[in-house]
Amino acid sequence: MSLTSSPDGQRPGLADRLPSWLVPNLSGLHLVAVMIALLLIGLLLVPVAQVMIVAFQDPATGAATLQNFMDFFGSALFRESFWNSFYVSAMSVVVATAIALPLAYITTRFHFSGSILIQSLGFIPLIMPPFVGAVAMQLIFGRNGTVNLWLRDTFGISIPFMDGLNGVILVQSIHYFPFILINLSASLRNIDRSMEEAAQNLGSHGMRLFRRIVFPLAMPGYIAGAALVFIKVFDDLGTPLLLNVNNMLAPQAFLRISSIGISDPMGYVISVILVVFSVLSLWASFLFMRGKDYATVQKGGGGMAKRTLKPAEKALAYGTVIFILLLVLSPHIGLLLLSFGTIWSFAPLPDGYTLQNYITMWEGSKTFIMNTVLYAGIAATLDVIIGTAIAYIVIRTNIFGRKALDYLATAALAVPGVVLGIGYLRTFHQFDVPFTGEPMASWWVIIALALMIRRLPYALRACTAALQQVSLALEEAAESLGATKRRTIQKIVVPLMTGGILAGFVTSFATAAVELSATIMLVSSNNDAPLAYGIYLFMQTPSGRGAGAALGIVAVIVVAIGTIASQFIIERDKKLKASSGDH
Amino acid sequence: MEKKGIKIEDVHLSFGSTKVLKGVNLDIKPGEFFAFLGPSGSGKSTLLRAIAGFGPDPRGRILIGDRDVVGMSPWTRNVGMVFQSYALWPHMSVRDNVGFGLKERKMSASQIRPKVDAALELVGLSHLADRMPNQLSGGQQQRIALARTVVVEPEVLLLDEPLSNLDASLRVQMRRELLRLQRQLGLTTIFVTHDQEEANTTSDRMAVLDGGVIQQVGTPQELYDTPANLFVANFLGTANILEGRVEVDGADARFVTKTGDPLSLPRGAMSSGSNIVLRPQNISITKKAGQNALEGKILHKEFLGSQIRYLVAAGGTEIVVDQSHSSGVDGFDTGALVHLQANTSGAVVL
Repeated sequence: MSLTSSPDGQRPGLADRLPSWLVPNLSGLHLVAVMIALLLIGLLLVPVAQVMIVAFQDPATGAATLQNFMDFFGSALFRESFWNSFYVSAMSVVVATAIALPLAYITTRFHFSGSILIQSLGFIPLIMPPFVGAVAMQLIFGRNGTVNLWLRDTFGISIPFMDGLNGVILVQSIHYFPFILINLSASLRNIDRSMEEAAQNLGSHGMRLFRRIVFPLAMPGYIAGAALVFIKVFDDLGTPLLLNVNNMLAPQAFLRISSIGISDPMGYVISVILVVFSVLSLWASFLFMRGKDYATVQKGGGGMAKRTLKPAEKALAYGTVIFILLLVLSPHIGLLLLSFGTIWSFAPLPDGYTLQNYITMWEGSKTFIMNTVLYAGIAATLDVIIGTAIAYIVIRTNIFGRKALDYLATAALAVPGVVLGIGYLRTFHQFDVPFTGEPMASWWVIIALALMIRRLPYALRACTAALQQVSLALEEAAESLGATKRRTIQKIVVPLMTGGILAGFVTSFATAAVELSATIMLVSSNNDAPLAYGIYLFMQTPSGRGAGAALGIVAVIVVAIGTIASQFIIERDKKLKASSGDH
Repeated sequence: MEKKGIKIEDVHLSFGSTKVLKGVNLDIKPGEFFAFLGPSGSGKSTLLRAIAGFGPDPRGRILIGDRDVVGMSPWTRNVGMVFQSYALWPHMSVRDNVGFGLKERKMSASQIRPKVDAALELVGLSHLADRMPNQLSGGQQQRIALARTVVVEPEVLLLDEPLSNLDASLRVQMRRELLRLQRQLGLTTIFVTHDQEEANTTSDRMAVLDGGVIQQVGTPQELYDTPANLFVANFLGTANILEGRVEVDGADARFVTKTGDPLSLPRGAMSSGSNIVLRPQNISITKKAGQNALEGKILHKEFLGSQIRYLVAAGGTEIVVDQSHSSGVDGFDTGALVHLQANTSGAVVL
């Protein structure tokens, strides 16, 4: 359709007589795209850029300088924090690998009853924010915890599982190993049977076969998982803070900003380092994996080679799996005991059991729970609306810059929560909330918006997947029957995407509900605090631990219900689509 | 190296409750190029994998030379196998792929190198030694897979549908190459395929399998000319099968079709059976009635270039007839009433 031609029987209007480049064909979708772009720029790009700029500015004069970085590396504390963060992240990858590798290998390579159980139990750590389990872990593995009390009584030794950095490493690797498990299992499953058979045919077997063929082929999946673990641990604030390990980067950033103030440049320097490391490790894993698509299952191949275990091997495999699962579930078990326990100190188990903690928790944290529902609700609603819009614009239109929109929304993945929090503080303290006049940085809406930006990449992915399943022909059919673009989206596209959108909403809601690192920077009064911050507050005092654990159990249940619900929705949606013959 | 034959004695194999091989017996001679031919699900690949040691252990004996390999681990059998998917390891260069088996045999790098070079030379791909497998075409991957297998000097070579992932023209070229290589190395070779043309053009002898049972063993020509049963007759080429009965009259024998038309049989032909197999090229179409002729009506006509293929209703069934075509000759039209003259001198009654 040309803009300069006029429909029959109508006088050409002003717009029709102007040259076409002056009157761009702006549809409603263009408008939506521009609005989303502005929102992402304002809530993600500007705050992060602000942080970057301040890191390179002289705090007094505002001139560009590298002095802040020189100060950073000139300080023994910061050098130590930098090394500690690096060391903890690397060691967490090592320990997480030691947990994930046997589970992935046993469940994918052998006929092993309980494989499905293990694969789903492996996800359980992810449904609990790591800092929630940290206190429970201290009670089980700490110097005077269950395990060490037993070791001391039996062997007269104790092992410093939870002392200093060890504690952070243990908590983080138990929490994040599923990233390696998921990716590694997928890679292992993608190795065609003939790859191994060819090696056996040429004389290879056992560990040599694993080392030379199986593991190298699974490497891309492993690296993807390991890079994720590294970044997550490097950026995490909650766990070291709760374990009182402050000589690491993220806690230092938090402490500088919260104790010295937002004008102190060190918080910004640390933020730059965190972002650079995030991007670098993603980039390194991308470089490593480039051109290494090892998915070898192919026509004429037989899929995974699964072997039946001999009795002795079976005993060993079950032993290993049970030991690992106990370790992995220890934070949950500990938290549960703590929430029902009266006093738990210098004892293998709590002294007695009570419901008092839940009552205390309920009385003391109604506000936290209400706030959480409000913030996570707003964040998740906005996420799926924006996610759906971006997905539609990227997949179905050729609007200029649509890819950039996608990248920008996804870039939030590489921005640590601490950095976003600092960026918001810095950016929004200059503005006042309309009518009330309080500074915007301490306004509760900002917390909800930060959560929205943090969870947008996940919602976007869910919406994109949902839209990809809606055949273009269904839309074209509606349009050929006279529906406008807008009506088509409203009546055909969105209803068909409902399952995916709902799943995206639930995931975003559940994970936003337990987010700590960005919110801890932005909470200005306890009245505005969400659940995760509430747990953090409770856990600060020994007497509040029981109630904190009870609140932690609430958080775990919220996320668990969310995860199960989203799985359920996705499965039901799949079945529905399959039965209606749409494929 | 001394050539080894393969003896398969009463081999049974089941996947759970499904019987896949039901008593297979075979004697493959040393140095022979032998094909397993059959439709999918016939058990041909399962039998090949059982020889290599993959899948459940079969009941019965599989002898390579004098050695019963049933129950042995695949890596101790010294049986070379080329996989349908080639199974080149994507994380290793061509050189490392080919050298893998030698390294497993604890050879030193200085011994491995010349052997790998020779193997690559053999398949004509020396210049690709340092490429990665994903940089190679399908035909090249196939040759590397072959080089990787023969470099370890296996006692027998097993090829599992080696040409099925190649396009048609490459397939013809590769099967000649395979044959050349096999002759050059003198390796006892088993070739699994569902494509009769591949089996016919390469193998010295072949076994036709169906339903986990060997239907017939012989040279390609034997199997085509004298099929042992209707399955083999139908599976190899196009066969017209007419029902009827054999009538013996002294030294002369005739086959009388359902419609009552007599077809003379060669002297000494099988005197029992209720089906006669007639190949399309052994029938000619004439306008006039005569000896050994059936009345018919042309139903359909396909122009194939060198031949014209007719479908003719005759003898109580529909008969395929191929007539060679020369330029300017128009042949018969659909609907025409004709007579089919059958050359029964080589006909088989089953």
